[in-house]
Parts: sequence; C-alpha cells; structure tokens
Amino acid sequence: MPPARWDSTLKKRTDVTPGTSLLVIMGCGTSVATEKQGRRVETDDTVKTPSPALTMKAAVLIQRWYRRYMARLEMRRRYTWNIFQSIEYAGEQDQLQLSSFFSFMLDNFTQLNGNGPDLISQLLDPVVDPWLDRETCYNMIPVPELYTGPRLSFPLSVSDTNALLSAFKEQQTLHARYVLQLLYETKTLLKQMPNITHLSTSYTNEITICGDLHGRLDDLLLIFYKNGLPSAETPYVFNGDFVDRGKKSIEVVILLFAYLLLYPDYMHLNRGNHEDHIMNLRYGFTKEVMQKYKAHGREILQLFQDVFSLLPVATVIDGKILIVHGGISDQTDLDFLSSIERHKVKSALRFPRRSVEQLDIGQSCRQMKRLRSTACSRPSSSRSHSKNQRTPHQRNRRCGHSRQDSAASTSSSSSSSSSSSLLFSPRTPSCLSPRPCPSSPSMPYAINDLQVPFLDSLSSVPPPSPPQHDREWKQIVDILWSDPKTQKGCSPNTFRGGGCYFGPDVTQRLLLQHGLQLLIRSHECKQEGYELCHGGQVITIFSASNYYEEGSNRGAYIKVGRELVPRFYQYQVSRTTRKLTLTQRVRAAEGSALKALKEKLFSHRSELLSGLQQYDPNNTGSVSVSEWAQVLESVLRLDLPWRTLRPHLARLAPDGSVDYQSCFEDMESGISLPQVTSNLAETLFRYRTDIEIIFNIIDKDHSGLISVEEFRHTWRLFSAHLGVDINDRAIDDLARSIDFNKDGSIDFTEFLEAFRVVHKLDNKDQQFNGKMDGEKYL
Amino acid sequence: MADSTQSAEAIVSDVHKKIRAAFEAFDYESNHTVDVREIGTIIYSLGCFPTQANLHDLIAEVEEDHTGYIHLDKFLPAMTKVLLDLKFPSIPEDLLLQAFEVLDKEKKGYLEPEELTKYMTQEGEVFTQEEMDEMLTALADPEKNLVYYKDLISQLTIDPDM
Repeated sequence: MPPARWDSTLKKRTDVTPGTSLLVIMGCGTSVATEKQGRRVETDDTVKTPSPALTMKAAVLIQRWYRRYMARLEMRRRYTWNIFQSIEYAGEQDQLQLSSFFSFMLDNFTQLNGNGPDLISQLLDPVVDPWLDRETCYNMIPVPELYTGPRLSFPLSVSDTNALLSAFKEQQTLHARYVLQLLYETKTLLKQMPNITHLSTSYTNEITICGDLHGRLDDLLLIFYKNGLPSAETPYVFNGDFVDRGKKSIEVVILLFAYLLLYPDYMHLNRGNHEDHIMNLRYGFTKEVMQKYKAHGREILQLFQDVFSLLPVATVIDGKILIVHGGISDQTDLDFLSSIERHKVKSALRFPRRSVEQLDIGQSCRQMKRLRSTACSRPSSSRSHSKNQRTPHQRNRRCGHSRQDSAASTSSSSSSSSSSSLLFSPRTPSCLSPRPCPSSPSMPYAINDLQVPFLDSLSSVPPPSPPQHDREWKQIVDILWSDPKTQKGCSPNTFRGGGCYFGPDVTQRLLLQHGLQLLIRSHECKQEGYELCHGGQVITIFSASNYYEEGSNRGAYIKVGRELVPRFYQYQVSRTTRKLTLTQRVRAAEGSALKALKEKLFSHRSELLSGLQQYDPNNTGSVSVSEWAQVLESVLRLDLPWRTLRPHLARLAPDGSVDYQSCFEDMESGISLPQVTSNLAETLFRYRTDIEIIFNIIDKDHSGLISVEEFRHTWRLFSAHLGVDINDRAIDDLARSIDFNKDGSIDFTEFLEAFRVVHKLDNKDQQFNGKMDGEKYL
Repeated sequence: MADSTQSAEAIVSDVHKKIRAAFEAFDYESNHTVDVREIGTIIYSLGCFPTQANLHDLIAEVEEDHTGYIHLDKFLPAMTKVLLDLKFPSIPEDLLLQAFEVLDKEKKGYLEPEELTKYMTQEGEVFTQEEMDEMLTALADPEKNLVYYKDLISQLTIDPDM
C-alpha cells in the first residue's frame, strides 16, 4: 500500500455539509462563506464545458472518494491476511497433535495387517540407517516404450534439465524410475556436503537467493524466466520449503535437485521446515507423491525422507551473510551447528529417540532383552560399541566434541504420548534409559552418575543436563522454525509450536559473534514478497506469490553482488486467464478467508455454544458483541479483529446484540447421517485432514478402501489419544451406514465426504466474488 | 450504529474499539505506533472523508514531533472526537454521480482511461502515477477498458460496517 501522498501546498480546511450542491462542498483555497455567496452551480445540461473551478472540485471529490475506497480495500486485505495467517499457524500447531499421535500409534501399534512392517513404521522409524545405502532397485523398474517424458541419463547434462523444464511445463510426470535415480544421486551428493555451505562472490556474479516455493512451479519458472536458469553466471540459493501446499511440489523439487546435480557449485539448497516427512503427511507432499506414483510412491517417499534430512541447513556468503530457512535462537552456535550430524534430525516434529533406534530395531530389542536379564550396570557401552563398529566415520566425527560428552545424560523414552508441550517442557522421562556413550567404549561416564531404575534393573546415567542429541536437535529446529520478533529476547515460538521468537538483540549478538552483517531467512509469507526487520539486519524473503489466495501477495528474490548490498525483485504469477481487478481479487481472497474461518467456527460449534450460553443464562439467543468476540477468541485461539469481522460471521438482533446461532446457519455437513451426533461430526470436521492422512497411510494398495476392522482400530486409537469421548458403538454404526461393498471394506473418500463442510451460500458467494479459474492452493 | 438506548460510555467504548482495531492492523511492531503515512488509510477506513488539508491538520495534532510515527495514546482521543462529531462525513452517492458527470463533458455515460487520468493526475489533490494505475485497474471495465461510473458508484459504495 503506497503511503498516502498529499500536496505540499496546504489547503484551507472546510466543513462539509451533505446534501448541498457540488460547488458548495468544495472550499479549496477559499472560505466556505465566499463560496456560498458565490456563483450558481453550472449543472445545466446544455453547458458543454464546465468551469475550471467546477472541474477541479469534481476531481477532488472523486479523488477523496477513491482514496477512501482504497483504504477500505486495504483494510479488508489486511484482515484477510490476518485470517489466513492465524489459521495457517494454528494448523501448524495442530500438526504437533498429529505427530504425537503417530508416536502414540507407533508405540501402541499391533500390526493391522500382519504382512510385514506397515507404512507408518517405515515412514516414522526407518529400520535402515539412512546413512547407509538404502536398497534402491531403480534399475529394475522398466520404463515403457509409450512413455514420452524425459529419460534422464546420469550424470545429468543441460539437455536433461531442459527436457525436465519442457516436460513439466507441459504437465508431464517424470517416470518413477528416473525419480528414484535422481533422488539416489542427490542423496549421494548431499552426503558429501557440510551442514553449512560457504559461498564466495569473488568467483561468481551476483548470487540469487529465493525463499519458500511450496510446490509453486509457476513461480519457479517465472524466476528462471526473469532471472535466468542456474549456471556459472547465475548461481542460486534456495532457502527451503520447496514442497507442501502447492500442487506441483514434485516438479519443483525435481528441478531443484536436477540443477543441484548438474551444477553443484552454482546451485545451493537449504533445508526448510517442510523438508520433513511428518509435515509432508499433513501438508500435501505425501499425498501428491502417492497420487502421482501409485506403484512406487512409498519407495520414493522414503528416499525423499533421507534426502531431506541430508540437505544442508545453512549457507554463508563471503562470511558475512547468513542464510537459513527460519531463523535463530539465543542458543544458535554456528560452530556447533557445523559439527553435528544433521541427517539424524529426520523430522523436527519427532522428538529424538534414543540413538539406539538408529540400529536395526530387531537387533536392539534382542540386546535390550539380554542386558536387562543380566542387570548389567553399563548396558549402553555394548550398544555404543556395536554402533561405532557399524559407522566408523561417525565415531571420528563425534570425537570432535568430546568436551560435551561428559555432560551427556538421559534421553526420554519414546513411549510418552504427550502433546504439544513436547517441544518445550523440561524432559521428565517416564522411563529412563541409559544413554550410549558416544565416543570410544572405554571412555568412562561422568563421575556423578545416578542410579535409576530401568525396567527391571538399575542403570547408571550421568546427571541430567541437555543431552547431546537434544541440543543438536534443538539447533536444527531453531534454524528451521524460528521467527523474528520486534521485542528483545528469545522466547519459545508457541504460535508455531517449534523454534523461537528471536529479538533484535539475539540477532545482533549472533552477527557480532560470527562477524556477520546480515541474516536472510524465509519461512513467513510477506505481502510484498520480502520484508526487513531488526533495523535491516534481518531480511525475510518469500518466493511463492499468491500463497493464500490469488492476489494475496507478491513473491520476491534477492540478488547480492560483491558489495553485498541486497537488491529485491518482485513478481506475481497470474493464474487466471481473465485479468482481475483489484477489487475482485480482494473480494475473492476475503471470501476464501472467511470461508475458512467459518469452517473453524463450525467445527468448534459445541464449545462455542457452551461458552456463549454462559453469557446467556436466559436463553435469549443473543449476547453482546463484546461477549461474542470474547468467546470466539478464547475458544478458537485466533488473534483476529472479531468485532470488525462480525458482520461477515453473525447477524445482529434488533437491539444491537449478536444472534449467535446465526454463525452456524449457512453451513451444514456434506451428508446428513442420523448416526452422527454433533460431537462426532465436529471432531471429524476438525480432524478431517488428519484422518484422511491416516487412512491414506493404512490403505497400502491405494485402492481407496480400508477394512472395517482397520477403520475401527484406527478410530479407537485416534479418539483415545485425543481424549474424545466417542463410543465404539457410534463408530460401528457409522461405519456400517456408509455405503460400502458388502465385503467389509469402507470407501473412505465417501466417508470423509460426509464430514466436509458445505457452505449453503456457495452459489451466491461465487456470483458475488467472481469465480476464479485457476487452482486453489489451500 | 449508535442506539438511543445505549449509554454515552457504551457509545464511546464502541468507538474506541473500532479505532483500536483499525490502528492495530498497521501496528506492525505491536507497540501502539503506526507510520504516519498509514494514518490516511486508517482514518478513511473508519468511514471518514477528510480532505488532504484535514488530514494534514489531524496529523499535525497527533504526530510525535516529526518522528514519522503516531502513537495510539494521541490518536485515540483525537480520532474519537472526529467520529463522535461526525467531522468528515461521507459523500452521498448523488453528489459523486454529479462529480463524474461534470468530468464526462460529452455525457457519454462513461469515461475513457485517458480522460480520467488527465483529471486525476492534473487536477485537485493529484494522484501519483501509482495511484492512477491502481484506479484504472480497479475501476475500468476489463473488456472495454472504459470507466462506467454509474455502475461503479452503486457497486463500490462501502458498507459502513466494514
């Protein structure tokens, strides 16, 4: 929004009285009195040319009217923005629920199918040490003659990357065999890379730095078009979040990896918080892979998991500019960061388990059993010994930080199913297990060991202090998830559920400590595609335009040359063929945001109603606007201007109070099922996405069907974990009432349809807002 | 809207809340200050129709000694007075229509982009090029590239509540 401009010449203030003629209203340069006495209004139709004074007055009126209109539009745009952001971040917090649910499931899981390890275990707890080569049989995958897409040959050449570009522009999909091979090659390359990439501008031209892409192929192609393809003349740094949300995540990330393989010296990638298999489950990447690659999806996902965890976490240019995806914390230490094993942090959302999990689970279980029975006081030494034998290079690396080893202590058991406080509460392990000694087996424990009961024996554990791998995990999570704030200090990022809020003093200190002058990060969508803060020491760069909705924001990238002065380049992809006016765009975005907000209301209806009824003891059906706003704020926990949004959400009663039932009027569930109580319906609305993810995982053969037994089992686990009181009978009835083939399987797409919120006024809205052709990305 | 049965305090309280909400939308640092250049937007969005001169005066009243910032403490009482006194009331539709008709010399029922541009960027409280571009994008019929002002006025009259 451009700042309001005004003439330097001061104009005399006049009072406006409505209902008078045009001439009288304007008093520019002269007093009102003179005007009133003055000329008659020349509004005679026969007069062709109005006087210059009249023309000017008319112009001024229109200008003021228009400026006011734009201000209103801008205000609506901001509120819309707030809504999208609040819901997005609230959703990310919900993500923690999902991940802790997975932990819970894993720990309580019995094989649903009995045919070997299921996808959940594989996705969440790989049996194979990712550092070792995973069996990839891409060679065995036949590529049919009829396949017209790119056939890559490794090592890649420019013709391969060009082929990929044209193929993706034409909506083609790369064959699974090449995807796997590409990922395998990428993994091999990334293993050789350090955690922090150091670049220099002396040998290259300007370096281009891009932010979040989130599967927006159009934005990536636009950047390449405007700025040039990656090459020696045009080196790039892509700062994470390549996947999720957008529908072309695979294409985006394949292109990025292809260029990485082609030009490892000119193409640099940082890991983002969405390069994380658990985030992918929730935010669409997993689904996209499974849909595009029905036969090899799981294999592909597993390789992606490895590759993501092997991505470097930071880039430094000329020792002066630090580039990370999220931000920093007061604990960030770049030297420590460069020394850790980044691939161990597979997902920021899974608290690091004991490093024994890196071993083959079967083996470790056997060891555990053996150790327990002998009540050995140093069970961990044998574990660490075997571990070190398996991975000699890891042992070498670990010797580097032996000073921290003596401080190492307990790690918590993975069986805790605590919720979102997992990331921040001080560790109180429910079941202690001794931590393997990280360096050579002969190194003694710290002197003041505690003797703690472990299962049925005692073990020694060093005194509590942040365990090694906890610190490592925190370093990475802080880098990937933190956000800058304006106040000083460093506090846990409760909004997101991970990382920190870091203030200008934290930035200042880190920059000084490492001789840096600028921090470039991404992770937050900005209306202009970029934003400066912390007195210009921090730049946020975001490269996915129209992130929330068409017209919601621009994308941008930065170029820095030898003088290290960043220059910004903005753009905005227009997906619709019809050019939209600003009004239409704002309306469309607003409509979309309000719909999302209404769905939130609907899915919390019971809670909201009980809160509202507390202010309405006589059951009049209305409460004051303040009370209404208060209840919404406390139940939904979204920091939004509720009073201003009220007209879109609820009606007023004649006496000016809010008719609160009207909030829920224009929405209903997709299918009406008598068995569905409001409690059940709401829960399903709220967790619809999560449930869908779980079903997709269980549905191993991607048939769209799961067995009734699987359905029941999953549902019971889910509701037990959430503490939602839904009885089995209700679920059973529900399952039976959904139309399914009589062979005892459920079409879960149909099931989920029942729990999609339908907006009754949809048709009306669409006419009003102007229907958009392009894809919706939420 | 003010209800006769509402007490004076309640009315003032409502007004305060409206002002705060509008202010907070631009309070990026969450420290109750906004950039002075955004004040125009805030005031307009609260339903007021000040001239540029009006804006100047109001800003002079509330700005923090040429720092370029305005603090809520000063803005709130000043703006409350403006709203309660209905100081800068809106322009009725018929007047707006008259204004357009003055500019539409040939009484065509529409304005061409060049015509409108000439007036907006050369007369009165002139627009910047950026504002002009935005206006044309917002108001011009996308197919014919003409400004049909009669339709616009009714379509774009702002709901006072929002």
